[in-house]
Amino acid sequence: MKRYLPFAIIAIVLFSAIVVAALLLRTPPQSASLSPSQSNTGRPAGPQPGANPPRSKGKENAPVTIEEFGDLQCPPCAAMHPELQKIEKEYGERVRIIFRHFPLTQMHPYALEAAQAVEAAGLQGKFWEMHDWMYVQQEKWAQAPNARQMFLQQAQNLGLNVEKFRQDMNSAEVKQRIILDYNRGASLGVTGTPTLFIDGKQVTADQMTDEGIHALINSALAAKGQ
Amino acid sequence: MSNPSIADEADRQSSPTQAVKRAAILYGLAAVVALVGVGDTIYLTVEHLSGRSAQCVVTSGCSRVLSSPYASPGGIPLAVIGAAAYFTVFSLATLAAFGYRQAGRVLSVLVGMMFLTTLALLYLQAFVIREFCDYCLLSALLIFILTIIMVALRFRSAPQLKSRVG
Repeated sequence: MKRYLPFAIIAIVLFSAIVVAALLLRTPPQSASLSPSQSNTGRPAGPQPGANPPRSKGKENAPVTIEEFGDLQCPPCAAMHPELQKIEKEYGERVRIIFRHFPLTQMHPYALEAAQAVEAAGLQGKFWEMHDWMYVQQEKWAQAPNARQMFLQQAQNLGLNVEKFRQDMNSAEVKQRIILDYNRGASLGVTGTPTLFIDGKQVTADQMTDEGIHALINSALAAKGQ
Repeated sequence: MSNPSIADEADRQSSPTQAVKRAAILYGLAAVVALVGVGDTIYLTVEHLSGRSAQCVVTSGCSRVLSSPYASPGGIPLAVIGAAAYFTVFSLATLAAFGYRQAGRVLSVLVGMMFLTTLALLYLQAFVIREFCDYCLLSALLIFILTIIMVALRFRSAPQLKSRVG
């Protein structure tokens, strides 16, 4: 019996090591939750500026600015994404679209990592490419056992320096941008996503339709004589 | 500080059974140390495979060190090689603790190789990457302990073991 004991011990340890590794691989990463108090001491008195410069498409002096507070893992945000792309094409230089991060980490375990990934891609000039991919492929990565691996793969597909991307995802700079965006949203009263502001005015729930958004943009353009 | 000649005399006077027991304890200790190494490297392997970056607690260079080209020589993650090496050390130490003399010999060679590799990795961290990572330093500490155990076995217990088993 004693003769087989060392082999039994080795086999048990090997089996345990494999089980532990498999369990660890299946465990989703702990996402740090964001809250307005995370980076602020006390509630801000007025609207916070958000990350500067913001992630935006269109001219800075465009007549109308649409500011979106989005969570990359939120299905309604993904559903609205094609609408915003349509608006961008339709209105061209008359509209500027800003994306602000508002990851709902309690609800969406990968939201923060996804935000970090698009910001890291942004540091290599591919913010919107990664952002669009996140929404288009949301169903796939949101249900994957390891979303980050898919983000790394996509970074590679986009021709990014993957090691830099990996480091940037965890950098203080990237995290700070997300926190600043989040704090801006919180200071403006954002509680869910997607939330849109057109020229600083929040789009209400009943206006969040294709027609409703078009009507608000047209109205804003008309007010500026466009 | 003890007088070496007295210690040698004590060894000579100790019975072979005691020497074997002492060797078994040292090999058992080596197995426990290797088990910690298995845990350390499995964690790093999982972090690498899952694309996550291990977070440092004491130092600040985990991300930099673990994503450096030296962390995956030839495309193979060093953590995977480390896990395999530690598991082999654990297996050999366990076998040696149960009296398999040949396992003890192979173990000495393996730990020697790991010691030299550790020196190279410490050099890379200190002078090339200029950052240290907690998990790599823990691994280095474990290998130093294993080396000390191997040295202790070689110079104190081995002759008695040989006289009994060999």
